[in-house]
Amino acid sequence: MKTTQILIAGFGGQGILFAGKFLAYKGLMEDKQVSWLPSYGPEMRGGTANCNVILSDTPVGSPIITTPDVLIAMNLPSLQKYVDTVAPGGQIYVDSALIDVKVERTDVEVFYIPATQMAKDNEIPSLANMIIVGHLLQNQPELDFAGAKETVEHLVPPKKAGLIELNMKALNLGKDF
Amino acid sequence: MAQKVLMKGNEAIAEAAIRAGCRHYFGYPITPQTEIAAYMAKKMPKIGGVFLQAESEIASINMVYGAAAAGVRVMTSSSSPGISLKSEGLSYIAGSDVPALVVNVQRGGPGLGGIQPSQSDYFQATKGGGHGDYRMIVLAPASVQEMASLTMKGFDLADKYLMTSMILADGTIGQMMEPISFEDAEVNTYEKPWALTGTNCQRKHNVVNSLYLKADELEAKNIERYERYAIVEENEPMWEEYMMEDAEYCVVAYGIASRVAKNAVVAARAEGIKVGLIRPITLWPFPKKALLAAADKVKSFVCVELSMGQMIEDVRLYTECKKPVSLCSRCGGMIPSPEEVLEAIRKAQKGEN
Repeated sequence: MKTTQILIAGFGGQGILFAGKFLAYKGLMEDKQVSWLPSYGPEMRGGTANCNVILSDTPVGSPIITTPDVLIAMNLPSLQKYVDTVAPGGQIYVDSALIDVKVERTDVEVFYIPATQMAKDNEIPSLANMIIVGHLLQNQPELDFAGAKETVEHLVPPKKAGLIELNMKALNLGKDF
Repeated sequence: MAQKVLMKGNEAIAEAAIRAGCRHYFGYPITPQTEIAAYMAKKMPKIGGVFLQAESEIASINMVYGAAAAGVRVMTSSSSPGISLKSEGLSYIAGSDVPALVVNVQRGGPGLGGIQPSQSDYFQATKGGGHGDYRMIVLAPASVQEMASLTMKGFDLADKYLMTSMILADGTIGQMMEPISFEDAEVNTYEKPWALTGTNCQRKHNVVNSLYLKADELEAKNIERYERYAIVEENEPMWEEYMMEDAEYCVVAYGIASRVAKNAVVAARAEGIKVGLIRPITLWPFPKKALLAAADKVKSFVCVELSMGQMIEDVRLYTECKKPVSLCSRCGGMIPSPEEVLEAIRKAQKGEN
C-alpha cells in the first residue's frame, strides 16, 4: 500500500498542469488510483500555477496536498513557498537554471536539473517541465519510465502529433541527466 | 470493465447530462463551472442539441423553465452569485411542478465573494433561496465519478417527482480530475402527459403556470406538493457510512469536506480513536434516520463544512440535540487540512465540544 503525493509549482506557461496530467495519466495506465487538482483563478492569469497529483494503491481521500512526498519547483517563489512542507525523506526537483539557491534541508533528497537551459539548448524551449518529469520517472520505482510514450500519445491531440516526439525527447533528456 | 478516463468534475457533469438524454443547456459563464458550458458548447451542436449562452442568469433559468414545460430534459449550471440570480426562476419552476437540473459549483460568498471552493450555499440550496413553500432535491457529489452518477440520477429524480434536482458541488470537485467510467449508465424515460407539446386538436390544452389567485386553490396545490415531497423524504435519502460500526464519535461532512474528513478519520483511527464518518449524499432529503441512529450510539458529532456552519443546524435538528455537535470549518475559499479535522476529533474525544 503506497501513496505518492506530488506537488508541481511554477509560473503559468511552464506546463505545470500538463506535467501533472502526464503523471496522473501514467498512474491511471498503471491501474493506480489517481487525482489531479489544479490551482485556478487569479493565479492562473499570469502568476503562479500549481498542481496536486496523488497516485495511490488505495482510493484517494483528500485531493489537496498539504505534505508532498515530491515537490517539483520551477521557480524561486514556488520553492520558497513549499520547501518546508515536503515530507521528511521526500524528494525535491529544482529547475536550477531558474533557481540559484540551494535547499538547506538535509532530511530530503534534492535533484538540481538545469531544465530550462537544457530545453533551450535542445530546441524544445517549452518542455523544461517534461525534462524534470523524465528525471522523476527515473527516480521513482513506482512510476518507471516504460509506458511513458503511450501516456504522451494519449495526452497529445491528433492534430499536434508532432509534439509526441518532442515530449519524448524531453523525457529522455531528463532520464539521462 | 469499461475503460476509465481522466475527466474534470465539471466535464463529467456535462457528459453525464448528455448521456442522460439532456439536449438543452442554457447558461451564463462564471468561474469555477465554466467547463460545463464549454463542454456543452462543443458537444450539443454535434448531437442535435441546443447550447445557448443567454444574456444573463435570469434569462437562462427562464429558458430552462420553458424547455422543462415542453417536457424535455434541460439543465443550467452556475456558481453561487449566479444561483442567487436564478432563484426567482427556481421558485417559478417549483410552483409549476416541472422537472429541471441545476448545477451549483459553489464559490465563496456572500456577495461577489471569491472564486475558490466553498460550501456556503447549503442554506440557499436546502432551505429555499427563492420564495414560497418549495423544496429541491439537493445532491452533493464527493468525487468526479459521483459528479456523473448524481447528474444522471438527478434527471431521473426530477422527472419522477416533478422537481428541480440541484447538484451542489464546489470549485475543487469541479476543477479536479479523477478516473471515471460511464459503464453503468442507465437512462430512464418518464411519461410527461402534462407537457406543452401541442394538442394536435386531439386533447385539451395543458397549462403550466404558478399563478393561483384563489387562496384555497393555492393552499391545496401546496399541500399536494408537500405530499409528494413527503414521499421523496421517505424514499430518496442517500448517504455513505464509513467506519461507523464501532464508532464512538461521528464526523458529518459532505462533498470535498468529506474527502478531507476521511483522511482525518483514518489518522484518528491510527491513534486509537474510534471515529467514523457519515456523508450525506442527498442534502435534501437529509439522511435523518442515519443521523438519529448514530445519535443513540456515539458520544458526540463533529460537523466539517466549508462555511461558517450551515449543515450543522440540520445535524443538531435531526439528531434531536441528543449529543453535542461541534463545528470544524473554514470558509471564504479556504479548506481545512486533515490535521485541523484530526484536532477537532481529538477535542471531541476529550469532551471539549
